[in-house]
Amino acid sequence: MSLTQDTAADGLYGLLAEFSSPETLLQACEKVRDRGMSAWDAHTPFPIHGLEKAMGLKRSIIPLFVLVLGLGGAAIGMLMQWWIATKAYPLVISGKPLFSWPAFVPVAFECGVLGGALGAVFGFLGQARLPQHNHALFNSENFERVTDDGFFISVEAADPNFDREETEQWLLDLGATRVEAIAP
Amino acid sequence: MDTVAEIDPVVGRPALIAGEPDFHSITESVAAPMEWKPPIGWYICLGISLLMLSLLGISIGWLFWEGVGIWGNNQPVAWGWPIVNFVFWVGIGHAGTLISAVLFLFRQKWRTSINRTAEAMTIFAVMCALIFPGIHIGRPWLPYWMMPIPNSMGMWPQFRSPLMWDVFAVSIYGTVSLLFWYVGLIPDLATMRDRAKTKIRRTAYGIFSLGWRGSMRQWNHYEKAYLLLAGLATPLVLSVHSVVSFDFATSQLPGWHTTIFPPYFVAGAIFSGIAMVTTLMVICRVVFKLTHIINPLHFDRMSKLLLVTGTIVGYAYSIEFFVAWYSGNPYEGFTFLNRAFGPYAWAYWIMVSCNVITPQIFWIKKARTNMTVLFIASIFINIGMWFERFVIVVTSLHRDFLPSSWGYFRPTFWDAATFIGSFGLFLTMFCLFVRFLPMVAMAEVKGTLPQAHARHPDPESDLEPVGRIA
Repeated sequence: MSLTQDTAADGLYGLLAEFSSPETLLQACEKVRDRGMSAWDAHTPFPIHGLEKAMGLKRSIIPLFVLVLGLGGAAIGMLMQWWIATKAYPLVISGKPLFSWPAFVPVAFECGVLGGALGAVFGFLGQARLPQHNHALFNSENFERVTDDGFFISVEAADPNFDREETEQWLLDLGATRVEAIAP
Repeated sequence: MDTVAEIDPVVGRPALIAGEPDFHSITESVAAPMEWKPPIGWYICLGISLLMLSLLGISIGWLFWEGVGIWGNNQPVAWGWPIVNFVFWVGIGHAGTLISAVLFLFRQKWRTSINRTAEAMTIFAVMCALIFPGIHIGRPWLPYWMMPIPNSMGMWPQFRSPLMWDVFAVSIYGTVSLLFWYVGLIPDLATMRDRAKTKIRRTAYGIFSLGWRGSMRQWNHYEKAYLLLAGLATPLVLSVHSVVSFDFATSQLPGWHTTIFPPYFVAGAIFSGIAMVTTLMVICRVVFKLTHIINPLHFDRMSKLLLVTGTIVGYAYSIEFFVAWYSGNPYEGFTFLNRAFGPYAWAYWIMVSCNVITPQIFWIKKARTNMTVLFIASIFINIGMWFERFVIVVTSLHRDFLPSSWGYFRPTFWDAATFIGSFGLFLTMFCLFVRFLPMVAMAEVKGTLPQAHARHPDPESDLEPVGRIA
């Protein structure tokens, strides 16, 4: 008897395997990585350290967004003050030059922090493909536990190595406590 | 109940969460206050807060109708309570970012139990703070003059003024705190979405959780973004209160014109903010049955921070006196003697006893974990830190260089009403927060449990040995 129940006759998003603990999930992820799967993911209620290596994930490129937008923000902040102080509304204050840049450092710094923070947040949303309110995995009722205490691996049918029967058995052999077919 | 927790078997340090919780029980404990019918005490608190909030509305309405003359501000004390309250609230707002960002960078895992509430408190405190300069400007229909907005008058702000730096520092601080808080909330909002029993809750939490599905590919970016936000918020939090102190320090006024102000203000801000976190947490942990998650260990660490920052503040008070004498400047010397022994000596000594003497009780270990002591001490510190700002603003202004222009500042009913009203705004927001948002960062707390650390059984593995937590 197969443990999976077909929820859609005409297609399949993939398989969702549940694991009982961070340890078993981590070991299973190494195996999935070593098998050369590409369209798969692990789902956990909290980030598990070492799992990104076990999955073979690349380093996030968010630092790049932060660097570029942070420096950009600071430059825009300084440029704005330069333009206001020398072009738009030039005022001589206590005989100082119009572009008295040391006085403009605090605002330029704050603008840089704002740029960097926006870079981090929107970089994260872009890289994590959020917001994405609809996803095939939400078809699984059991998947609701992913934000509580469930540890899952999802393997998509789109993966070239995917084979319904064989992959299911393989996931069970990796220690999955339960494998479920996900409708698209 | 109130004893420091047992030793964590994995790391050999005191366990951060009392008892032996599993992941699910953390979710249950934290989610419960949002899913119960709220206790009657919550309605009472919200009712009182709303009454105070309406007092704020009335005060501001009357102010807009009548003008700033309804306050006690006079010449020479043109910066009265509004600026005192502004600095007070901004200061309180600093603990949130300290606990969330600075302690995160230092890998202080104990922060996970309290960081969410502290961040929320930061945002509400900054909201209160922003009201005061806004309504203090005299012509409250013109606050947009503080922003660099193109306008038909061809006027632009003057960026050599520290008051303009302040506009940018505080508003950007509010924005970044909000972003940091929201990013931290996303996984927990998803938890609430998945637990929701009603359609309204499911939709509301669903929209704000952005479709989070706990994917490790998402977590990978999430963790990096969170780390970088913490890295950005740390210099930001230090800069914000430094900039607030520049409002004073760049002036020529004895009592304000000192180089010690930036570090002194930052330490004071963290001091007052942690005191406010302590006050709120002592109550919330009991009301919402979170005593095992927010346990004496966390209060022990927070009171050590109170002791450190309180002592730094005490050092600043004394070094100000030393420099006033050592500089040989007669005006500066007079200002400080006047502060301690002049007409406002009562305020000065309230400040010293609340801020310097009170935290010394935390040298005693028992006091650091005793909720009654903590509550009373934190209230004293809140009062003391308000008086610190009062002393700085009022005693420096009321007697300046010319004795003929000396004066005395007395607050009016409307000064008090506006200040109490700002507490109404703060407490209303806080009551709504504890009711509708998870007040403990569930995902982060779960990550600190011993069983969250996957120990790889295979020593040949290329994985780092995991299981290290601070």
